[in-house]
Amino acid sequence: MSLLTPFKRASGLGTTSDGVKHWWMQRVTAVALVPLTLWVVFAVAAHSGDDYATVAAWFAQPFTTTMLTLFVFTTFLHAIQGLTVIIEDYIHHEGYKVIALMGMKLVLVLLGTSSVLSILRVAFAG
Amino acid sequence: MAEFTLPANSVVKTGKTWPAPTGASRVKNFRIYRYDPDSGENPRWDTYQIDLDQCGPMVLDVLLKIKNEIDPSLTFRRSCREGICGSCSMNIGGTNTLACIKAIDAFDGDVTISPLPHMEVVKDLVPDLTHFYAQYASIKPWIQTQTPAPPDRERLQSPEDRKKLDGHYECILCACCSTSCPSYWWNSDRYLGPAVLLQANRWVVDSRDEATGERLDNLEDPFRLYRCHTIMNCTNTCPKGLNPAKAIAELKKKMIERR
Repeated sequence: MSLLTPFKRASGLGTTSDGVKHWWMQRVTAVALVPLTLWVVFAVAAHSGDDYATVAAWFAQPFTTTMLTLFVFTTFLHAIQGLTVIIEDYIHHEGYKVIALMGMKLVLVLLGTSSVLSILRVAFAG
Repeated sequence: MAEFTLPANSVVKTGKTWPAPTGASRVKNFRIYRYDPDSGENPRWDTYQIDLDQCGPMVLDVLLKIKNEIDPSLTFRRSCREGICGSCSMNIGGTNTLACIKAIDAFDGDVTISPLPHMEVVKDLVPDLTHFYAQYASIKPWIQTQTPAPPDRERLQSPEDRKKLDGHYECILCACCSTSCPSYWWNSDRYLGPAVLLQANRWVVDSRDEATGERLDNLEDPFRLYRCHTIMNCTNTCPKGLNPAKAIAELKKKMIERR
């Protein structure tokens, strides 16, 4: 039984003075992903049917390396921010929430890092 | 975890049917959610067959007719019967609205009436709004100033500044919007919900209020404000035609502006 007043319950632990940056970065990455995704789709489609050597040479061009790396980085940043919100929305048990958040970030950082390294490897090692 | 199914003691069973009087000409069925915590029984859907020729035009008229003439145990809140007190907010035909200003002929076929969604039910159509009101109190919904009021008159406000309150002051705190919001369903312990955020913005945009910064500080939180995912159910359902989603967007814009 709890005899907390409704006001005490509504106040909770107070504000975290946080959230603006997360919300804003989610918008910024979303906007950035519009041109990046369009570029990736059309650029990769233009290379369909090319052999490995041609594509590797294309990867090695500085502009291509930059755009592909930016695309992967922004995508994973946006995904981490979006999934954070979803986990916070639906998992209410503090312990499970922390585990889910850490697990999700671990997996996405792993995937993101290996994607970037793959791009760089093709770009630099051919 | 968020709950997606009803607990066993909340599953709604089929209840009693109250037939229309013989000779009734224009009969419409009203399926109404009934729950009495003292009985220890599950909630149930009771069906009332109402002769529309013997009843007023609004859904509240039906509820009053049932209470007065058919089943006095039906419990609901009502007061002004003209959409200004916000007491008779409930879910009618699947949408949160005010029973007093919702016309019966807006619905084809049977009409379903249940309490505001995802709130604890006190009895029948009466939800427990204690937490909702406490959240409203937490945004300090009154004028806060450092500058004393002029001794000889009220605090002045230009017509242009007064215009900024339009779309806010009309809110009657009926809770239709907040209880239609999935984000409020899952996280109302911390998320303030559209109604309270619209009220918060009402004081932020008030030219006479001097606590703007503190008010925004109090909202800057991943849950209090940022659980709004612009689902827009609030704006869809508002029986006063207001736009809480826009008020929340204004708050988010101010948060960016003051960075």
